Amino acid sequence: MIRVQALEKSYKDLKVLRGVDFEVARGSIFALLGSNGAGKTTVVRILSTLLTADAGSAGVNGFDVAAQAARVRESISLTGQFAAVDEILTGRENLVLVARLRHLKDPRKIADDLLDRFSLTDAGGRKVATYSGGMRRRLDIAMSLIGDPPVIFLDEPTTGLDPEARIEVWQAVRELAARGTTVLLTTQYLDEAEHLADRIAILHEGRIIVNGTLAELKQLLPPAKVEYVEKQPTLEDVFLTLVGKDKR
Amino acid sequence: MTRHFFGDTGTLLGRSLRHITRSMDTIITTTVMPIMFMLLFVYVFGGAIQSGSDSYVTYLLPGILLITVASGISYTAYRLFLDMQSGIFERFQSMPIARSAVLWAHVLTSLVANLISLVVVVVVALIMGFRSSAGIGAWLGVAGLVMLFTLALTWLAVIPGLTAKTIDGASAFSYPLVFLPFLSSAFVPTDTMPGPVRAFAENQPVTSIVNTIRDLFAQQPVGGEVWVAVAWCAGLLVVAYAFAMTTYRRRIS
Repeated sequence: MIRVQALEKSYKDLKVLRGVDFEVARGSIFALLGSNGAGKTTVVRILSTLLTADAGSAGVNGFDVAAQAARVRESISLTGQFAAVDEILTGRENLVLVARLRHLKDPRKIADDLLDRFSLTDAGGRKVATYSGGMRRRLDIAMSLIGDPPVIFLDEPTTGLDPEARIEVWQAVRELAARGTTVLLTTQYLDEAEHLADRIAILHEGRIIVNGTLAELKQLLPPAKVEYVEKQPTLEDVFLTLVGKDKR
Repeated sequence: MTRHFFGDTGTLLGRSLRHITRSMDTIITTTVMPIMFMLLFVYVFGGAIQSGSDSYVTYLLPGILLITVASGISYTAYRLFLDMQSGIFERFQSMPIARSAVLWAHVLTSLVANLISLVVVVVVALIMGFRSSAGIGAWLGVAGLVMLFTLALTWLAVIPGLTAKTIDGASAFSYPLVFLPFLSSAFVPTDTMPGPVRAFAENQPVTSIVNTIRDLFAQQPVGGEVWVAVAWCAGLLVVAYAFAMTTYRRRIS
């Protein structure tokens, strides 16, 4: 569903991506894990046609992001790092706006259905400026679902959210995948990847240094230290060992 | 340009117009400065200025209209900057829409917002004693020229809107534009100015636009100056549009 091969991107002298390869299967949740500045957002921006790669290729839903950008945009939805909502409009107006821009029939009905699905019906008539962080993010994700795009990119969807709002977002992501949507998620929170993802890839210094299921990743380490035989290594251990940093 | 260009521009225009109607203060603040200038020049300096005109407010209004536009277009940069910052610009760009509709919606919104501000300023001028015998045709001529000027300056405003790093940077570019009319025939006739200043004043765009509007209001024949005015506006429009689109393409590639 998503196929990335030998992707490279530099900003002036800074090489952000140095040959990134991965594939995401239809209907799965794929987590791209990495520290700040690892290049996660750059990958998402290239896949969502906001940025062109220097080398390599990327395809989404069978369309090449460089040559068939318009077709790619029909297949995706992007939920960026910051909730991209219009503060001055109401929640309902935000949804209607996106539905109109996607040229769908009956934008009002679509808006009402999504407000209901994301428990925003009561707040639907209020300006988004009055929303809490969690409500904004829910609205943001609801806006991304309009038109049922087969692929959704979520770039650090829970950064800056309180634990409760985080769990709400996780719930929404799980529901998406259950409906068959392919989700590419970037995160710097290890437990987020651990809870949500079918497959996890770690992006470090511009390369994917490991890619597998949580179980596979755990097997990369010796099965725990002698003193702690009962404790399996957590994903946090795997991550920090692989990127070569001491824990704390 | 895709088949949805007009539909998408219309949808996004509806969005920006809501921004304006929900923050009428942006229109009010746009008109405050030109109205203050008008009060100051008519009631404080006006008595001592030899404009060669019976009514100084009538002499002054064309320049004040241009100041109104120059201060109004900074809101286009401001709104565009906020869209860039909030990520909604990227959301639109990653959707299957006519991408340039995002910019056009802001530009058309600027025309509407400035038109409202201009009407407010003209009403205040009427209260202060501005009178014109101009007919419909002359008024349409004034409106057309001022809108062309607005369109050109708005495309200029798109550039800082796309590139600014801070909110102050996004709007600061308009200050020199606001003061350009002072170095023109807008407030005083140019013939009392010393040589180099006079040369600048007589050959910068504001003077030809102001003189043309003044002639239209006074029902005088506009002569060749109207073509100089239109050429300045059209030239600025072409250059600003080209730079804005180049900047825009760089932002989205």
